[in-house]
Amino acid sequence: MKLIYADNAATTRVSKTALDAMLPYFSEEYGNPSSLYTLGQKAAEAMANARKIVAECIGAEEREIYFTSGGSEADNQAIVTAALLGKRKGKMHLISTTFEHHAVLHTLQRLEKEGFEVTYLDVHKDGVVRLEDVEKAIRPDTALVTIMYANNEIGTIQPIREIGALCRSKGILFHTDAVQAIGHIPVNVKDDNIDMLSLSAHKFHGPKGTGVLYCKRGIMLTNIIEGGAQERGKRGGTENVPGIVGTAAALKESCDHMEENAIRTIALRDRLAAGLSKIPHSVINGSMEHHVPGTLNMCFEGIEGESLLLLLDAKHIAASSGSACTSGSLDPSHVLLAIGLPHEVAHGSLRLSITEENTEEEIDYIIKSVTEVVEYLRSMSPVWDELEKGTIKHVI
Amino acid sequence: MLYSEKVMDHFQHPRNVGKMDDADGIGEVGNAVCGDIMRVYIKVKDNIITDAKFITFGCGSAIATSSMATEMIKGRSVDEALELSNKAVVEALDGLPTHKIHCSVLAEEAVKAAVKDYYDKNGIAYDKELFKDCENCEDCDACGNK
Repeated sequence: MKLIYADNAATTRVSKTALDAMLPYFSEEYGNPSSLYTLGQKAAEAMANARKIVAECIGAEEREIYFTSGGSEADNQAIVTAALLGKRKGKMHLISTTFEHHAVLHTLQRLEKEGFEVTYLDVHKDGVVRLEDVEKAIRPDTALVTIMYANNEIGTIQPIREIGALCRSKGILFHTDAVQAIGHIPVNVKDDNIDMLSLSAHKFHGPKGTGVLYCKRGIMLTNIIEGGAQERGKRGGTENVPGIVGTAAALKESCDHMEENAIRTIALRDRLAAGLSKIPHSVINGSMEHHVPGTLNMCFEGIEGESLLLLLDAKHIAASSGSACTSGSLDPSHVLLAIGLPHEVAHGSLRLSITEENTEEEIDYIIKSVTEVVEYLRSMSPVWDELEKGTIKHVI
Repeated sequence: MLYSEKVMDHFQHPRNVGKMDDADGIGEVGNAVCGDIMRVYIKVKDNIITDAKFITFGCGSAIATSSMATEMIKGRSVDEALELSNKAVVEALDGLPTHKIHCSVLAEEAVKAAVKDYYDKNGIAYDKELFKDCENCEDCDACGNK
């Protein structure tokens, strides 16, 4: 049986367009872009062209685009840059949210150890940060606001344009981790008042190991990787030319078809949500009003996520969960805890992230399979037994 | 793969799964906050465990260790069941990933809790030292998860 891939928020299949664009740069046009001879310069041209495409897709200028090894590196560099710029002016306060990606959270935690103070904003039950909360948190010594564009686990979109405008009016740098947004919803760094933005190619059918940091002209980047003169001296290391070419090809393809893809994906996702919501004592996590097209996150009471995933895998469905057992620690996903779910409910979470490539038949098969597996796991769950007997109360 | 073939077999086709209405002893350990709860039922005749069943809320290895532990105590004497170690369960499953070892500890504790319940219900005297409190993760460092 064919695999039904429903974990596109984790990674995506490389599109044929992206793969075809990349292939010549492995063994034919393999030159180093820093080399002066024709082979090298051809690679340099391909990279320049890719930079132009990426810049156009997000409304930036070419010289504001820095290619990195991915979203995590871009997050690290953006946050460290803003922190060090702030420190020079005695500004040691940073603002973020409780449900950021670990590339952001762990960078902030490191800075806290170095004397910075971080305010982590509440994201409320709907998984959306409030503009007034950002405004209240801003202090005279605030150096940076970093808030993700869309959450990776629950898919909620944040009021980025408004937050960007607020930061600009206060002269505070604004970074957004847009890894889950780029290629799926319209993002324009100028219109959205963004100073720095991170993106990752493999989330929109590009290759893994490549990403981009957009950094507004005039902001002096701090290097994370020291080395040669690559990326205007801000990111050492010979460039991943095939990866960069693939990033641009995948991004252009995603942006060219964004609207039609979104319409189709949203219809599929709504069908999925409607079908799975029929399972008793289930809940959709995060507001569906402000949402990326493909992601659906739900909790099912009385079951644990890892066993759900393994049984879905046996039915050839690839999905993800925020349970402790899938995180490798005792705590379930920090995102689900951030939106106020109790631990025992968060353990029973399922994230399905689909694309326009999924079919209605696949969606119906997922609904049927998840319903069966949840029912089976509940039949052997002491928690469900007690919920049914009423010795413990249903939360959802 | 994360799990051995044996773990996957016991997870996908768990032995002895289900509730037991006429159990002589019932033991439940773990808590939902941590993500694992096991309930083991035993039927005892002439000091021999004639049947064992379980229901478990938890990950693949929690279900697999419950399945294996109940298999391992069936037909054994109550005293032998008390000697079942988490290590023996892990070995019988051809190993568990390091961060899943606590599941086997829970399985050992669930069996012990069921035996303790059987002793209590039948007024059989026992050494209290044999039974550690595994009611919640906070008080327990047996599994190394703290």
